[in-house]
Amino acid sequence: MTHTTKTYVSETVNRLQPSGIRRFFDLAASMEGVISLGVGEPDFVTSWSVREACILSLEQGYTSYTANAGLMELRQEIAAYLLRKFALEYRPESELLVTVGASQALDLALRAIVNPGDEVIVVEPSFVSYGPLVALAGGIPVFVRTNGADEFKLRPSQIEQIITPRTKALILCSPNNPTGTVLNREELAAIAHIVKKHDLLVISDEIYAELTYDEPYTSFPAIEEMRERTILVSGFSKGFAMTGWRLGFVAAPEMLLKAMLKIHQYTMMCAPTMAQYGAIEALKNGEHDVDEMRKSYRRRRNYFVQSLNEIGLRCHLPGGAFYAFPSIQATGLTSEQFAERLLIEEKVAVVPGSVFGTSGEGYVRCSYASSLEQLQEAIKRMKRFLSRL
Amino acid sequence: MKLTEKELEIIEILENNARIPLETLAKMTSLTVEETADILRKLEETKVIVQYATIVDWRKVDGHEGVTAMIDVKVTPKRGVGFDEVAERIYRFPEVKSVYLMSGAYDLSVVIEGRSMSEVAHFVSEKLSTLDSVISTTTHFILKKYKHDGTVFDQGEQDRRIVVAP
Repeated sequence: MTHTTKTYVSETVNRLQPSGIRRFFDLAASMEGVISLGVGEPDFVTSWSVREACILSLEQGYTSYTANAGLMELRQEIAAYLLRKFALEYRPESELLVTVGASQALDLALRAIVNPGDEVIVVEPSFVSYGPLVALAGGIPVFVRTNGADEFKLRPSQIEQIITPRTKALILCSPNNPTGTVLNREELAAIAHIVKKHDLLVISDEIYAELTYDEPYTSFPAIEEMRERTILVSGFSKGFAMTGWRLGFVAAPEMLLKAMLKIHQYTMMCAPTMAQYGAIEALKNGEHDVDEMRKSYRRRRNYFVQSLNEIGLRCHLPGGAFYAFPSIQATGLTSEQFAERLLIEEKVAVVPGSVFGTSGEGYVRCSYASSLEQLQEAIKRMKRFLSRL
Repeated sequence: MKLTEKELEIIEILENNARIPLETLAKMTSLTVEETADILRKLEETKVIVQYATIVDWRKVDGHEGVTAMIDVKVTPKRGVGFDEVAERIYRFPEVKSVYLMSGAYDLSVVIEGRSMSEVAHFVSEKLSTLDSVISTTTHFILKKYKHDGTVFDQGEQDRRIVVAP
């Protein structure tokens, strides 16, 4: 039957590789007593005030569609938030769009700008969706491989090497999933220089912007002359611990936003209404909760990364997100072997770095969005595992 | 006393878990073990950290369920010492867990713990009400503790996340 079914599926989809994370998930889910450092989401439940605001909206019967671009009140709050936190100015009526997660925002951005055969630069190691989304939009993902020895920072020369006349855009992600690396203002400015020189667009995935621990965060469109070249993608999932709400947003100059809105109104209509009411509360009164969560991640990061280094897994101190990305090269195992054996022998789930691109080989992603007790136990088990190798 | 950011951070961590190993505490705050120990000593000596206490759910321990009562006490303040003298006379009793001076309809809020209702009733009628300055008492027995000092008693929200996610 497989044979006949296959013929119905489009060539583009057939060519897509299933995410490497899937096999791992099945294995880990079948085991008992696993400490999972494999989860790409906060361990906090959404703030009660946000949940309560959503419940209230349901009680009051706000269950119809909203405007395609999202509730105006929410867009106004997003505009105020972007101004207050990142010194960005976007007009709620024409430059902001509420989406179903940052994932949909990425999809809209790519479909709005990619012509068949256009190249889009994806920085590796990267979130697993970028490459497939580019391909689904009819483009060709071209990968830049960042270097572990350089803390996985994206350098302008690395971009210049792979630019061709067909290069349309660059997907940036800072703080990065899976490396936790944050690009500072100077590093972003150096990239901006290349972007301008080669007339590129940037899709800046800033979903982890709330979660940086050492320096004030710089948003890419805040860099001089970059606002008109940037599609800013963000959302509520990580910083506000609202992953299951599926709510993101995109901010871009009017021409680009209009194009995305066109796709959005035909494919999605609007983001879920009740989630939008929750998000209004998150932006109005959620700052304190976000601060508390950030503090908690920072402490766990400090503990976990230092402990990794102590047990012999070399790891740079990641400036943001909630991932540590230690090197496992000293063990002589591939990252997949390491992750599989660690899971089977010590019941600790980490994600092989190779899942995030070839430059992730030799590394594993560990999320420290787990309780301190779990992190302590995981370190103990990993130490035991390493001593046996 | 003005505290440094690191000192405040240590207090915040200990407030949630006073049994955290010194080494872990040091790593979390990016300090050395010695620096962390010095800060702890200072906070203890200056009584910023008064005590490391344990929150116990006594309902789970057979024969030790006990009762807690909150008593609103109206008193006559005394010239020169105000409410302090009568407050002290009350808090000296070991069965008194806390005493607060309140604004509003009554003066002192007193929390009593006892083994049984009659033990608490006995304390109120024999010890508390008979104090010269005490005008009246209203006793409220606690029926169930849901949350105490920021800690939810019944099991909180469990981890519902899927095991591995991108």
